[in-house]
Amino acid sequence: MTQAVLERPTHAAGGAARPAETAGEEEAVFVTLTLADQLCGVPVLSVRDILGQQSITRIPLAPPEIAGSLNLRGRIVTAIDLRQRLRLPPAPPDTVPMSVVAEQRGELYALLVDQVSEVLSLPASSFERNPPTLPPVWAAHSAGIYRLKERLMVVLDVARLLAITADRP
Amino acid sequence: MDDLLADFLTETSESLAELDVALVKLEQTPDDHATLSQIFRLVHTIKGTCGFLGLPRLERVAHAGENVLGKLRDRQLSATPGIITAILAGLDRIKAIVGGLAETGEEPAGDDTALIGALDEAAAGHAHAPPAAAPEPPAAPEPAPVEESAKPAPAASAAAPAAPPAAPAEAAEPAVAGQTIRVGVDVLEHLMTLVSELVLTRNQLLQLARSQENAALAVPLQRLSHITSDLQEGVMKTRMQPISNAWNKLPRLVRDLSHELAKKIELVMIGADTELDRQVLELIKDPLTHMVRNSGDHGLETPAERQAAGKPETGRITLNAFHEGGHIIIEIADDGRGLPLDRIRAKILKQGLASEAELAAMSENEVQRFIFHAGFSTASVVTAVSGRGVGMDVVKTNIERIGGTIELKSVAGQGTTFTIKIPLTLAIVSALIVQSGGERFAIPQISVVELVHAKAGAADGQSAIERINETPVLRLRDRLLPLVALNDLLRLSGETASVSAEAPRYIVVVQVGANTLGIIVDRVFDTEEIVVKPVAPILRHLTLFSGNTILGDGSVIMILDPNGIARAAGIGAVGESRQIAGASVEAASSGEKTAMLLFRAGGSEPKAVPLGLVARLEDIPRDRIELASGGLVTQYRGKLMPLVAMDGGASDSERQSVLVFSDRGRAMGLMVDEIVDVVDAELSIQLSATRPGVLGTAVVAGRATDVIDIGFWLTQAFEDWFRGAEDGASVAAARVLVVEDSAFFRQLLVPTLTAAGYRATAVGSAAAALKLRDAGQRFEAIVSDIEMPDMDGFAFVRTLRAGGIWSALPMIALSGRAGAEDVEAGRDAGFTDYVVKFERDALLTSLRQCLAQPVAA
Repeated sequence: MTQAVLERPTHAAGGAARPAETAGEEEAVFVTLTLADQLCGVPVLSVRDILGQQSITRIPLAPPEIAGSLNLRGRIVTAIDLRQRLRLPPAPPDTVPMSVVAEQRGELYALLVDQVSEVLSLPASSFERNPPTLPPVWAAHSAGIYRLKERLMVVLDVARLLAITADRP
Repeated sequence: MDDLLADFLTETSESLAELDVALVKLEQTPDDHATLSQIFRLVHTIKGTCGFLGLPRLERVAHAGENVLGKLRDRQLSATPGIITAILAGLDRIKAIVGGLAETGEEPAGDDTALIGALDEAAAGHAHAPPAAAPEPPAAPEPAPVEESAKPAPAASAAAPAAPPAAPAEAAEPAVAGQTIRVGVDVLEHLMTLVSELVLTRNQLLQLARSQENAALAVPLQRLSHITSDLQEGVMKTRMQPISNAWNKLPRLVRDLSHELAKKIELVMIGADTELDRQVLELIKDPLTHMVRNSGDHGLETPAERQAAGKPETGRITLNAFHEGGHIIIEIADDGRGLPLDRIRAKILKQGLASEAELAAMSENEVQRFIFHAGFSTASVVTAVSGRGVGMDVVKTNIERIGGTIELKSVAGQGTTFTIKIPLTLAIVSALIVQSGGERFAIPQISVVELVHAKAGAADGQSAIERINETPVLRLRDRLLPLVALNDLLRLSGETASVSAEAPRYIVVVQVGANTLGIIVDRVFDTEEIVVKPVAPILRHLTLFSGNTILGDGSVIMILDPNGIARAAGIGAVGESRQIAGASVEAASSGEKTAMLLFRAGGSEPKAVPLGLVARLEDIPRDRIELASGGLVTQYRGKLMPLVAMDGGASDSERQSVLVFSDRGRAMGLMVDEIVDVVDAELSIQLSATRPGVLGTAVVAGRATDVIDIGFWLTQAFEDWFRGAEDGASVAAARVLVVEDSAFFRQLLVPTLTAAGYRATAVGSAAAALKLRDAGQRFEAIVSDIEMPDMDGFAFVRTLRAGGIWSALPMIALSGRAGAEDVEAGRDAGFTDYVVKFERDALLTSLRQCLAQPVAA
């Protein structure tokens, strides 16, 4: 049933959740994940757990980006389908979704993603603001971009990802 | 020591401990305004309470201290060590006095002038002189530890000598502090959450263990299970608070109210120590306050009006709280004028909530329930107190939100009683688990009335879902039950959705306020104790769910809110209940059909008994059936109930279906193989019986059915059944003649009268009855219909009264009409009593009364 495939790293004390404000060579630590081949990162301090595949209970009438709820060691966690949230096409049927568990105002949310990869320490110098041409859906949920050697990593803003309103169709 | 003082001591001890810490902090950071305010507030509270409790010595010391602190707070003085020392000395004195108080219940004697002088001096601004301590000696040597960063404990013990009995004071302090511990509500909530998790984990383990049959595991698991239950109970208890916590503001409110409204009001509170979950308590506080206010304002009359109505001048509002099952019942009653029905009716019409015809068909209670409608206030004048029309609907909504119900009963001129029924705790409830569209849901058991299995294509029209313009309805006994399909409501495109018409379905009948509603689901599982957890904030807008929970198998499921479902299905507060009332009236007056309970006992052919004669249907576990003095008995509602097997009705299955018949405090159970159905049928017995225990054979639901003779089976259980517990022999053998042209009613009356212990003879016309009279037959009473062909009831009774051997017999008229004039006409014609067709109890009561005084009126 519920099992954490990756325990939350404890050495992340120096990592800043908001890399944009860290100066000099300070490093920020991110959990990286993949969504439709796009590399994304979530500040490690906002991550409570990483989960493998879970049995998720559908919630009828809920907004489409809410995949359902699951049981994490006795707590009920609301699962958000990030592909839906970011208006991406549904995952191919053979993907085994993983989830990143984040906490907001005492409530736990599981962000369903295609793959959770690794924990990266990134220098603040490689951080960039969102390019103005970023599609609105991404711009609304991204806190900025990190230039990695080979790829770009979008920093997801968890708070804004979770700001789901009922009236969205 | 009285409670008030004990509370004060506990509280003061806590405050003092806080003060010690705060003062030391203040000394280190003299400009910390927040700390200063906190200190001032604490001392001020102590002073205030002292004045209230009549503790002059303590009050004087506290007052002097407060003066200094006041100046500090207002920045007229700065917190020098000298001043702090003076204040600490004052605190120590307070501690000593409190210690003495705890010991003896009275303030210890002692002289505080020096200390107060020092404090006053400090207040006057001379405190830079360390001698704050110097003038002290008469009372006590200045406690040494105060100098720097005094630890509270040593300070307390050092100060102890100030009070005459030193040692007791020291000992008293921990005693006072030890009685209770204040724990933050969040700590308790957290504990509760943990226990809830524990319960769930335990359930999960139990489920696993059941499938594994591991004996080594069973015993410790059993223990774990017990301990968990105990722990759960214990933690629940910590959350329990007496309802008086919600009531304590009411006496003041009522007092103010009585001044404001110039009414004399007495508030009676019963059961103030009834405990309930603090979460529930918080939620009912406001509704209760509102209702008491309403009772005072609307319910009670002015003293003049009351006198005119012959009531005592002082109106009374009674609050009564008590436990019943897993619920707490709170009654709010006033002895005022009752709800003004006319005004409510007028208002209903004015607001267009119902038409005049609908209104006329409503019962008084239905009309009264309109006060729970939004925007409904009959107060002609809006007062400051109430009458803004935002009252009872909010109360009702709030109570329903916590899974409670509210009922009202009002009698004009005698007052109104509101009855609130709420669950003891919101945390753990019993719920029915159902499945729809491949998903499982929980429905709180409190609102579930019954489960109905709708059979596939049921040809005989029983328990089949029928459709009116695609809207599903179910014929359930005498009425139409509106249905909602959970699949459709939740927009679940489950596998079974499309084949809805043929697939067997389960219908969960739920009660929402005055309405009943059937929810169509695909499957019904077990009931489970579930821990209700609120849904995530982003799902709060889904009103169909009241929460979610984790089941024993670890999966998350949503809890359905029957109120939300009713709203979503468009079922208003009145509509359906009116429909039911209408339907039942129709059923009663149509007359030709009666509800028959069909069952099987020995053999496959159905047997029937009029449903009206059956008190209850029970399903008793086999192991609850015991053998006693040669017969089978079971323990039923605290009594032993004899069981009689009907032709091999005692099967070997695990559970035994039993029809319970009861009369005058006695009950017997008839064991049958299977309870089949309840149908409406014309009861016309076509073949009379040759076997004992069977009245005859009738066609019920298209099949030849044996109608059983209850009277026979009752005597199988109690030979003396018909001798009646209270009525003695007079009733036992009473012979009753039934004159009734309708074969249906004859067939209904005879078994009823037989079951009640009479020997009944039925004839089909007045002429036939007169023949019996002329043949010299003797009866003790006559029950006669009024509307009969040839000779009607009136003519019949006049004929009888005119002479003959039956002229003095009690005669009871049976009629579909029982208006005042009908009764009058009946009496004029010579009937002893007049009973509406077919009120079984009324008829039996009437017969008993008539036979108790055999001389006819």
